[in-house]
Order: sequence, then C-alpha cells, then structure tokens
Amino acid sequence: MAALGPESGPALTTGTVAGGESLPQTGTLSGTAALPAAGKVTGTFWRRFTLRRPLAALIIQRLGLSVGLLFAVSLMIFGGVEALPGDFATTYLGQSATPQAVENIRKDLGLDRPLTERYVTWLSGAVKGDFGKSWASKNSVSEQIGKRLGNSLFLAFFAAIVSVPLAVALGMLAVQYRNRLPDKIINVVSLAAISLPEFFVGYLLILFFAVQLGVATFPATVYDSMGFGERLSAIALPVATLVLVVLAHMMRMTRAAILNVMSSAYVETAELKGLGAFRIIAKHAAPNAVAPVINVIALNLAYLVVGVVVVEVVFVYPGMGQYMVDAVTVRDMPVVQACGLIFAAFYIFLNMAADILAILANPRLRHPR
Amino acid sequence: MRLSSIPISAWVGIAGITLALFCAIFAPWIAPFGERDVVGDIWLPMGGDFLLGTDNLGRDLLSRLIFGARTTIFVALAATVISFSLGMLLSFTAAVTGGFIDQLFSRFNDLMMAIPTLIFALVVLAVLPQQLWILILVMAVLDSTRVFRIGRAVALDVAVMEFVEAARLRGEGTRWIIFREILPNTLSPLLAEFGLRFAFSILFLSTLSFLGLGIQPPAADWGGMVKDNKDGIIFGISAALVPGGAIAGLAICVNLVVDWLMKRTSSLKGGRGDA
Repeated sequence: MAALGPESGPALTTGTVAGGESLPQTGTLSGTAALPAAGKVTGTFWRRFTLRRPLAALIIQRLGLSVGLLFAVSLMIFGGVEALPGDFATTYLGQSATPQAVENIRKDLGLDRPLTERYVTWLSGAVKGDFGKSWASKNSVSEQIGKRLGNSLFLAFFAAIVSVPLAVALGMLAVQYRNRLPDKIINVVSLAAISLPEFFVGYLLILFFAVQLGVATFPATVYDSMGFGERLSAIALPVATLVLVVLAHMMRMTRAAILNVMSSAYVETAELKGLGAFRIIAKHAAPNAVAPVINVIALNLAYLVVGVVVVEVVFVYPGMGQYMVDAVTVRDMPVVQACGLIFAAFYIFLNMAADILAILANPRLRHPR
Repeated sequence: MRLSSIPISAWVGIAGITLALFCAIFAPWIAPFGERDVVGDIWLPMGGDFLLGTDNLGRDLLSRLIFGARTTIFVALAATVISFSLGMLLSFTAAVTGGFIDQLFSRFNDLMMAIPTLIFALVVLAVLPQQLWILILVMAVLDSTRVFRIGRAVALDVAVMEFVEAARLRGEGTRWIIFREILPNTLSPLLAEFGLRFAFSILFLSTLSFLGLGIQPPAADWGGMVKDNKDGIIFGISAALVPGGAIAGLAICVNLVVDWLMKRTSSLKGGRGDA
C-alpha cells in the first residue's frame, strides 16, 4: 500500500457480507461510524500518523473502538440491570420477608451503597480479573470462571476446527455445482439444519449414539484428573452438536459470499476472455473472496461462543454457559454480570478480528473516505 | 401471481404453518385431553389411548403439543409483531430525519447488538420478574435491533428516490413520507424479513423455555416440554424429541416460505437470480 495514499478513496462499506442471512452480526465495528476512539492523541499528530501508516492507524482505531464498546457494554450490563425494576433482596428472600431481613441482606450484599460507587468498584475489579463473590455460594466468581472458561473454550475450539474447513469445502462444492443436484441437496439440508434448535440436535444425538448404540458418553462431564483422550471422547457429542448447528449457517454464508464474487463483472470478463475455470478461480475470484469468507468464519465463531450456552446445558458440561444459566435461575447477579461481560467481550473481539482481517485482505477497505 | 407458480417446497411450508395455526386456534376442541390433566402412567409409549404417549407427569403428550402450539405461536408472533412495529418505526424515522436522530438511534442500536442476543436476554431476565408480557417485550426489544438495521438500510435506498423528494417538495410531513411513500415501497423485502424473524423468535422462545427462563409451567409450551421430558432420554424414552421435532418442523416450514418469498423479491428486482 502506498505510504501517502490519497485521502479520498472510494467510499466502501466494510463488514457486511451475508445478504439476507439471519445470523446476528454486530455492525458496530464496521462502517463509517469511526468514533474518535484515540481522541487523546493530538489532532495533528494523529493526522500525520494516519497518512503515513494508514493500516496501523486503522487497526489502532478498531482496537480503540472495541475497547470503548466494551466499556459501554459494561455500563449497560451493570447500570442497565440496576435501572430495571425488581429488588434483589426481596426476590432473594421471597415475598414474606420482614423489612428488617431485607434491610440486612441489602447491607450484606453491599446494595445500600450508591450506584456509581458500586459500578466503579465492580469495573475496577473486573479489569483486574476480580468479579467479586457469588451471592448464592459465597465463592469467588473469578475462580469458578477460570476453570469453566477453559472448558468452554476447549469445546468451542474443537467445534471450530471441525466446522470451518468443512463449511468452506461444502460452500465451494455448492458453488461449483450451482443450481445442479448437489447444490440443491446442500441447500435444502442446510435450510433444515438452520431451523433445528440446538437442544433438539443434541438430544437426537444422545438418543442415537449414547443410548441406542452406546458408543458415546452422556452426560459429558469432565474433571481435572481426566486424560486428554478421555476428555476428547467426553466432548465428542457436544462438539458434533455445535458443528451441526454452526455448519449450515457458515456454509450458506460462504456460498453466498463466493457466489457474490463469481457473479461480478470482472469474473464474467475473464470468462469471456476465454480463461480456464481454474485460472479464473485462483487468480480472479479467490483473492476477492478471501475477505468475505474470513468475515463469515469470524462471525460464526462469535456465534459459536453463544451456542455453547445451550449445548452445555443439554450435555451437563461444566462450562461458562451452564454456570451463567444456573446463576440466572437463582438471580445470582455477580455471576450473571461477570459471565455476560465475558461473553460480550468474546463476541466483540471476534467481530473486531473479522473486521481487521477483512481490511488486511482487501486493500480497498483501507481508505474509507 | 398464479397459484401454479408457487414451488412445491413453499406449498409444504404453507401446509405446515396452516396445520400449526389450526392446532393453535382450535386447541380446546381438537385436543383429546386437557392441557394439565394427569391421565395415565408416566412416559407411556406411543400408541393405544395416547397417540404420542404421556409425559413425565403422566399428561397426554399430543394434547400438550396442541395446546403448546397455541402458547408458542402466540408469544413468538406477538414478539415479532411488536419488534417489527418498533424496529420499522424507529428505522424509518432515522432514515427520513437523518442527522443527529439518525446517529443517535444507529449508535445505540450498534451498542445493543454488541451483546449477543441470548446473553443479553439472560442478563435481563435474571432481574425482571417472570411474567408473560415481560418475556414478550424483552424478546421484541432485542429482536427489533435486527429489524432496525435492515429497515434503515432499505429505507435509505427508498428515501433518496424522486417520488420521496417530490413528496417533500409538496410539503408533506415526516409521518406521511414514512407511511405513504416509504412503507409501501419497502413492504416486499420486509415481508421476507418478517418470516425470518418469526422463525428466529420461535427458536429463541423455545431456547429460553428450555433453559427454564421462558414460559413457566404448568402452561404447555414446546421448549418447556422438551425441558420437562429431557430426563427420559437416558432411558431411551423419546418424549422430549416430539416437541423438539414440532419446533424444528414449524421453523423449517416458515423458512421454506421465506426462501420462496426472497427468491421472488430478488427476481422482481431483476437481479441475476443466483446468490
């Protein structure tokens, strides 16, 4: 990229790839909405820096934006929750609690202090990795999360390793045989797979593989003393469930992204020039399809992080998702807030990674204005 | 539009939706047993008096399935309708007004979308009392962020058309422009989006109920029925899969219809038709 590139490149919208897909995407990190994230840098210095190092400047900007966003999210998770009606102490003790008992428990949980003070304490603790104590069990939240986060990531990691290559390969297969039988089969099957709730897939697999065939284990409990191989066999079914759930989405979006490139004018030109199919794909289509496909993958990984919640509950797997759901049912707010913040952080940073990778893969995105 | 131009897959979808709606509307008349009546032993197999067997408390599964259709479809539909009204109203206002209002709405929407829907719902439902209208409202507000996004994009396309400018020059107010100029011209893509969001609402509601945070027992609801019967799975009892299958079936039917609607819209616009 030219170091002193023109300031007025083509105005491109970044990010959005998947036309008409229903996957939750954050648009926050994309587009023209660049807040002055690194606002403390003086205007002139920052301006010179953007001109000299457009790429680095963009990445720093995205990073700053994500951190700002995360801060706003923390405010929302904490402040928003406090603003909602419903008194924890009363819910905690039940309707028949005496006012004195309610008062005691409020004091006990620190709820009598002003809102801003509690938020600052909570946030400064969260930055240092300390999320306080659980209301229900009085244990340290961070300790629990430390163990369970590893388990969840273990699960999500293996699901990603299996699903990403499979999705890209199937998507390319569908494009290759576009509007012919393989494409139609893949289309119908993936449409059906998108409509299946995670727990239905999970229980179907349990009934078939664990109960009837007896080849898999259920529930998928893991504990510290377990060997790596044992762990893998324990998570086989949850991983399979996650893969099935994410695969269809990812495959459809990959297909749409590649087709989008394949139906553009320059590919048609290459076809009309008489280039071979392989050359068109390798030289003309692939470089342009990389950015959207990477974007698709990152978005689906973000989706995976959330999909973990339900799958963990189905398989009684000791991860973050189960921890959070359990905490929600007993209204254990410190746990809920900590888990919510961590899930949101993963989601935001995966989206940011998608954005940055798209910029790296496509030089045209480096000059938004 | 001729009936013969509708593909078979869409007919399958329409038939499935009609069946579900029929069950939902006429539930008390077609269900063989009551919603909450214990009629037999627990987890009886399919066949005999009970077509689909009985559940974990000995209630007739088929009857609960039929009553569950009512709850599930009503809540999902209500949430989708509210989210669409909210999302479209705000997005059209943002697109037509522009400037500060647009920035404010869009940035706030971005912030809402930065938290995954399920996680957001979990955090919010941990605080709020468990009541049906609160559940519907939470689902609607969370879903409206997606509607806002699409609605704004579509409305921005239309808002720069000549006829909108003509209306403006004629001196029409914002409300006229939103409801008489932009809404009719964006209805077709938004209809497909409505179907998509409805299917998503069904899945989302079922997920919440399955996690024990949606519709509360003893009311029958498909996600909650899966939760009730999930312990039977280990003994090889498939009672939990019946409501799960119903959820999947309905969602597939809605998606089939949406697929056809989307193809139809894209061919109307004269696109190249693949993708």
